[in-house]
Amino acid sequence: MPAVTVLGLEGSANKVGAGLVRDGRVLSNPRRTFVPAPGQGFLPGQTARHHRGCVLAVLREALQEAGLEPADVDCVAYTKGPGMGAPLVTVAVVARTLAQLWNKPLLGVNHCVGHIEMGRLITGAQNPTVLYVSGGNTQVIAYSERRYRIFGETIDIAVGNCLDRFARVLKISNDPSPGYNIEQMAKKGQKLVELPYTVKGMDVSFSGILSHIEEVAHKMLASGECTPEDLCFSLQETLFAMLVEITERAMAHCGSQEALVVGGVGCNMRLQEMMRIMCAERGAKLFATDERFCIDNGAMIAQAGWEMFRTGQVTQLEDSWITQSAVWWGTPPDRGRAQQAPAQAAHGTQASESPWQHRRGQLSVRRR
Amino acid sequence: MAGGGGEAGACAVSPPPLQGLQLVQQGAEARLYRGQFLGRAAVVKLRFSKRYRHPALEERLSRRRTAQEARSLLRCRRAGISAPVVYFVDYVSNCIYLEDIVESTTVRDYITSVQQSGKDTSNLFLLAEKIGEVLARMHDEDLIHGDLTTSNMLLRPPVEELDLVLIDFGLSFISGLPEDKGVDLYVLEKAFLSTHPNTDTLFEALLKKYSATSKKSSLVIKKLDEVRLRGRKRSMVG
Ligand SMILES: Nc1ncnc2c1ncn2[C@@H]1O[C@H](COP(=O)(O)OP(=O)(O)O)[C@@H](O)[C@H]1O
Ligand SMILES: [Mg+2]
Repeated sequence: MPAVTVLGLEGSANKVGAGLVRDGRVLSNPRRTFVPAPGQGFLPGQTARHHRGCVLAVLREALQEAGLEPADVDCVAYTKGPGMGAPLVTVAVVARTLAQLWNKPLLGVNHCVGHIEMGRLITGAQNPTVLYVSGGNTQVIAYSERRYRIFGETIDIAVGNCLDRFARVLKISNDPSPGYNIEQMAKKGQKLVELPYTVKGMDVSFSGILSHIEEVAHKMLASGECTPEDLCFSLQETLFAMLVEITERAMAHCGSQEALVVGGVGCNMRLQEMMRIMCAERGAKLFATDERFCIDNGAMIAQAGWEMFRTGQVTQLEDSWITQSAVWWGTPPDRGRAQQAPAQAAHGTQASESPWQHRRGQLSVRRR
Repeated sequence: MAGGGGEAGACAVSPPPLQGLQLVQQGAEARLYRGQFLGRAAVVKLRFSKRYRHPALEERLSRRRTAQEARSLLRCRRAGISAPVVYFVDYVSNCIYLEDIVESTTVRDYITSVQQSGKDTSNLFLLAEKIGEVLARMHDEDLIHGDLTTSNMLLRPPVEELDLVLIDFGLSFISGLPEDKGVDLYVLEKAFLSTHPNTDTLFEALLKKYSATSKKSSLVIKKLDEVRLRGRKRSMVG
């Protein structure tokens, strides 16, 4: 089979990236980040404007760095969702235009699938239990009964969202990211402030922690009871312990010997350290990547697109919509019509189902 | 890429003093031993500490979970809900000594074995109803289990009699809120459907019986629907 080169375009949140991947080799992967002022989150309109402003520069950079011409690209992959509507549309329009201009097939990719496929590619993990943690996601996905399934997830807000909103309460800078700054401050924290710890089965809940901290933070700081650094430290210790606990439960449940952490929060070194200790204690192995691949990027979309392209999938122009919805996990191979809702095929049937399925809040994925 | 490795079960805790002591299970957070306690068949659940957690947090959680487990088991028994008798609680080593439900089978193993045998599954529907009924009674006591799975339910022998025993109350708490009860059922639903393929109708039977038994079920089921929807609608940014 000749080499297949895929361009991946990502822009579902505040990062916009273009990556070129050729048969598992990352040729280039530049990106830009929209950084809101301290105390603020990123709004869809502003973020889309940012992406529109630099997406073509990022694309040019990707081609230049890889030393490729448009003719060398076999296929254009883009993030179809989930994510924020306006930024997604911005990037989808670029992908659609390129596909027509260059006369290349188009592929709509699920963002979450991108993170997992990229993590597997970079680390070489075979059958990992995946902890997927980012600004919009908190899931433990494991391989069981011939499928990837969601074993645990947040029942309210994502862990990254909790960190970001905490940063806004303390007016911590968003440059380069709130999570990074919290991590640095946490290193200087001494005192463990008691926070709610909420694990429910294999699920977690973070909204109680956030509202608790929003309520007490300023009082505690004013009275000198603790420092901002102590709060960062305590928040990380508590949130991450919950995440490691549910990952371990899923690993015990599936008898898994590998853990993989992906998503923006996954490049936090304290989280990686805790995961590594947990794995070592159960004779398992941790796989993790650094910020280049943990944080949203174009190469991950290219890699997931490459996997789909290889199995003969393409997205027709009329199907090249985007979706904010967390339910959509992939295009069913038969592609009769664009479907917003997941295929409701019964468990275990193999004929006409999408490899990625989300039913009753349960993702289940047929492995390639 | 980062390598882990190392030997399994690195954490050294001395086993509880018990006659005829035998390690039966090493779970994610506890070791389970079997033996004789004052002449009775007993199991001892020992929570071992997790080195990844801050020691103060670890201490707080172990203590709380051991205490909560003992408290909720008592509450069940007082309400006539079948659960192991608590023989002794050791708060120093975070150990709990319980009645051994001798020769019992987990509901998980039972469902799997019936499904694999290809035998008549009508007994599974009776079992699902039994579970629905017991959980309704538990929730009517404002007791939230916190970790409902089919591994945390035992059947006394002979299994056909469906004598259901609830265990593993470490994550339990007291609450009258429909939200907490709804989430309790949501956790079970996910565990149930992901552990046992093709059991949608079985779980529906469970919920139906729950609704018929519990006095406050309509609000709880409404919350369950809400929590399910939340999972689907949650905006996933980043
Ligand atoms: N009282 C008991 N009698 C008999 N078996 C038990 C008893 N308690 C627990 N077990 C067995 O041990 C397993 C683990 O116990 P559990 O309390 O659920 O601990 P864990 O927190 O590790 O899940 C159960 O699934 C069951 O098979
Ligand atoms: Mg258990």
